[in-house]
Amino acid sequence: MKKALLALFLVILVAVPFFLKPYGLYLISLWVVMTIAAIGLNLTLGYAGQISLAQGSFVGIGAYTAAILTTHGWPLWSAFLLAIAISLVIGWVLGYPALRVQHHYLAFVTLSFATLVYLVMRNEEWLTKGVYGISGIPRPELFGWSTRGAVEFYFFCLGVLALVSAATWWLVRSPWGRAFTALRENSIRANSLGVDTRRYTLMAFAIGSALGGISGVLYAPLLQFIEPNAFALGLSLSLLLMVMVGGSGYFMGPFLGAAVSVLLPEWTRFTGNLYLIYYALGVMALMAFCPTGLLGLGERVFKR
Amino acid sequence: MNSVLQVRDVAKSFGGIHAVNGVSFDVREGEILGLIGPNGSGKSTLFNCILGQLTPTAGEVRIDGKPITGKRPCELNRLGVGRTFQLLQVFPQLTVRENLVLAGQEHQGSMWSRLIGRRDAGQGAAADRMIEFFRLSKLAEEKAGALSYGQQKLLDVAMAFMAGPRLVLLDEPAGGVNPTMLSGLRERLREINAKDHATFVVIEHNMEFVMSLCTRILVLAEGRIIAEGTPEQVRGNPAVIEAYLGG
Repeated sequence: MKKALLALFLVILVAVPFFLKPYGLYLISLWVVMTIAAIGLNLTLGYAGQISLAQGSFVGIGAYTAAILTTHGWPLWSAFLLAIAISLVIGWVLGYPALRVQHHYLAFVTLSFATLVYLVMRNEEWLTKGVYGISGIPRPELFGWSTRGAVEFYFFCLGVLALVSAATWWLVRSPWGRAFTALRENSIRANSLGVDTRRYTLMAFAIGSALGGISGVLYAPLLQFIEPNAFALGLSLSLLLMVMVGGSGYFMGPFLGAAVSVLLPEWTRFTGNLYLIYYALGVMALMAFCPTGLLGLGERVFKR
Repeated sequence: MNSVLQVRDVAKSFGGIHAVNGVSFDVREGEILGLIGPNGSGKSTLFNCILGQLTPTAGEVRIDGKPITGKRPCELNRLGVGRTFQLLQVFPQLTVRENLVLAGQEHQGSMWSRLIGRRDAGQGAAADRMIEFFRLSKLAEEKAGALSYGQQKLLDVAMAFMAGPRLVLLDEPAGGVNPTMLSGLRERLREINAKDHATFVVIEHNMEFVMSLCTRILVLAEGRIIAEGTPEQVRGNPAVIEAYLGG
């Protein structure tokens, strides 16, 4: 049953771009890119239980790294390497407050960090061109295969998502995943059982942030134009929403959550001007009646 | 006999309250030491000071003669010291087997070996032996949160032994466990004590359990040790009766 669903999902992912118009292609590519960032946040929040309101900032860091490097003639893979390195280090450092404070206190610490990153992107014009943003971001060419077309670039993003998913799947099923879960459920007990909670907390932040950075490196060439407002607090909040709506701590949660956040608003457009209100009401109802998200809801219904 | 654990003049105050007020004792290798006393006498605070959950206000704790004050609980685990908590503490979302694997996976090897190595970190067989030993075989693949209180308690105790510790501090292992399961738990603890020469310190309110399990007993009241001896000696000690029954 699960395998059949997965196979169907993969077939749809491969087939769907051939049936879409440009805007649809843009949306589904954006879904792929946001899923990668949400997978990262799901690792930090869903598995290891550390809340972060700064995941959007790491998407921004990745996007600016890609935009600055590629508009200066560097290849995109160099942006991947640099963005991963920067996000790992900054994510690790951002994890330190989590060793002292938890829950909403931690949320506020990460919120301040998000504001700081936004200010840097907006004000450091020598680096980021400030509010004018960076335009003309090229799409990469891989071994002679140009991804300039929308369909090609979608498949490029999908390939990265596949790699990220496989790596994350390995990670959450390794002893690390078990230690992350233990950290989330009871860090004091975990520590007494030899789990170095300090190091695992920092790792959860670093790895989750690095996936945010990877997502950003794809975001820049997808839109080919970036400006600071795209990575303001709103993006962090919507990534948080994706993780919660999909099902925090479920492997497939971010895939579903990102779909709800990126695609569903478009599908409710038939309701006219009120579509965002209907969408918001739906999300509120879901969070009130099923805080474990759509996958948690599915599990409850399925088990009955 | 060698003393595994030495506690010297340990004190812990919370504001003006002296929860532990200068306690010294030795735990000898292979013994089962009972720690009893009325509620609020400082037993659990003493455990937390010994094991790094709390930093003592004064005093020193040594393991094998080496001071361990200031060491984190995860470092003590790697030195062969395990514990259980007063309130039940298992990981409800993990299965029984995964709880045990987790409890054993961290005390050897490096972080990286746990990332790229085997999924059970080489602990699968040990976890299965522990499951069998604590008679949890039928529940091995159940989520720990789905078990009854008594079964979770057994799992909780079993987890403390996964890293093969030499010294285990058990905080009220018998609390809320029914009499049948309790005698099973007592047998398991005796077996581990005899077979692996593991040393135990047990906090317990269930007098019958303590008296039948322990070889030596310390009595704590108002943060101080007021009596020490074999179960028989302690039972007849007027100071102990006074502490339990008197004001």
